[in-house]
Amino acid sequence: MADAIEVSGLTRHFGERTVLRDVSLSLPAGSTLAVLGRNGAGKSTLLRILATLLRPHAGKVSLLGEELPRRAWAVRGRIGLLGHEPLLYRDLTGRENLRYHASLHRVESERVEALLGAVGMERRGDDPVRSLSRGMVQRLSVARAVLHAPELLLLDEPRSNLDPAGIELLEPLIGRASGITRVLTSHDPSAALAEADLVLALNGGRVAYFGAPGGLDAGAIRELYT
Amino acid sequence: MRAAWAILRKDLRLELRTFETVPAMALFSLTTFVIFHFGLNRDQLTGQLAAGVLTVTLLFAAMLGINRLFVAEREQGGFDGFLLAPVDRSSMLLAKASALFIYMVVLELICVPAFGLLAAPPRFSSALPYVALLLVLVDLAFAVIGALVSAIAVQTRARDLIGPIIGLPLLVPALIGVARGLGPAFSVHGSQAPSGKWLLILALYDVVNALIAYAVFDFLLED
Repeated sequence: MADAIEVSGLTRHFGERTVLRDVSLSLPAGSTLAVLGRNGAGKSTLLRILATLLRPHAGKVSLLGEELPRRAWAVRGRIGLLGHEPLLYRDLTGRENLRYHASLHRVESERVEALLGAVGMERRGDDPVRSLSRGMVQRLSVARAVLHAPELLLLDEPRSNLDPAGIELLEPLIGRASGITRVLTSHDPSAALAEADLVLALNGGRVAYFGAPGGLDAGAIRELYT
Repeated sequence: MRAAWAILRKDLRLELRTFETVPAMALFSLTTFVIFHFGLNRDQLTGQLAAGVLTVTLLFAAMLGINRLFVAEREQGGFDGFLLAPVDRSSMLLAKASALFIYMVVLELICVPAFGLLAAPPRFSSALPYVALLLVLVDLAFAVIGALVSAIAVQTRARDLIGPIIGLPLLVPALIGVARGLGPAFSVHGSQAPSGKWLLILALYDVVNALIAYAVFDFLLED
């Protein structure tokens, strides 16, 4: 199976601070990569580079067969990002937000209505986002991320703020059942390992482990978070 | 064009829902006219003085709009949402410049009649067509330069300072053009028609700035 993501020697700085250092990985299409590491390990930066929102300062990144950042425009629209920020305007309704993103991605409005139903937000779709609970905002954010049927999903703590019913409801959209190539970060290693085909453990921006979930024992995980 | 229209529609909807920008610009302008009215202690302003009061007030009011133009994009993730979409980056420039142009036109629909009442320039009614023509041209300059400056300023911590610091010097030629053009329109004697020279200068200034903004805007949005 062809690799959806190929990263080699990736380095990224913020000012004097090196956030990612010589990171290499590859992920076959249709697989799930769990990125583990404590706060500040570089997980979110890696996701933002893969989302084409940040440029790598060194190394090679190839996404869906296109080299970044030179061919970033060719993969935008094929990636769905669910980050810490919902990327929704607080004073617009959920429906208005999704229609706005649908216009940018040239998606028909029928898809917006279908997704509002799929995330259980059809009744609150006309409420301003600022009036919704965090869990509801997260549901809308999931709908926004998958609106354009992306080939690659970048999920930063995708289940945060969701109750068990919400997690179950969103599983077909962002879970393994979606069949989409996924990169996900989580502070819950056991949950992430359970659904991952590959694991990337980051420690201080360096690769501490990359391989099958089975190769990472409990002691190594504990060390990663201490 | 489709993306620019989507962004513009979203911006106008947000403004209609929050009333955060245009009312502030209008209130600022009206207050400034009142301050000038009492500060200059004149019942009537004429010629270049009247033109200066009107244009300087509009320029500072425009700065309020410029400072707020990208705030929602920055604070609510609009930049990231836009950058993830497969659309031309210049559609953001077109949308933001259009939004600012619309804000300025709405502002002037409120403020120019108020200026007529408070400053009472001579032959004000008959000068309105010329005033409108010059204001449309200077609004285009405010819109294009404002969108560019706002996109730069919003990336910085001191965006409320950076906007005026960069924007005001860039807008000085437009201010000169519109003030000199409006002077004759508010004069007691002579032709009310603005000199073709100032119309041409403003139009050229608009075109040059639009080309520069189009050329550099992509780089402002990229990391």
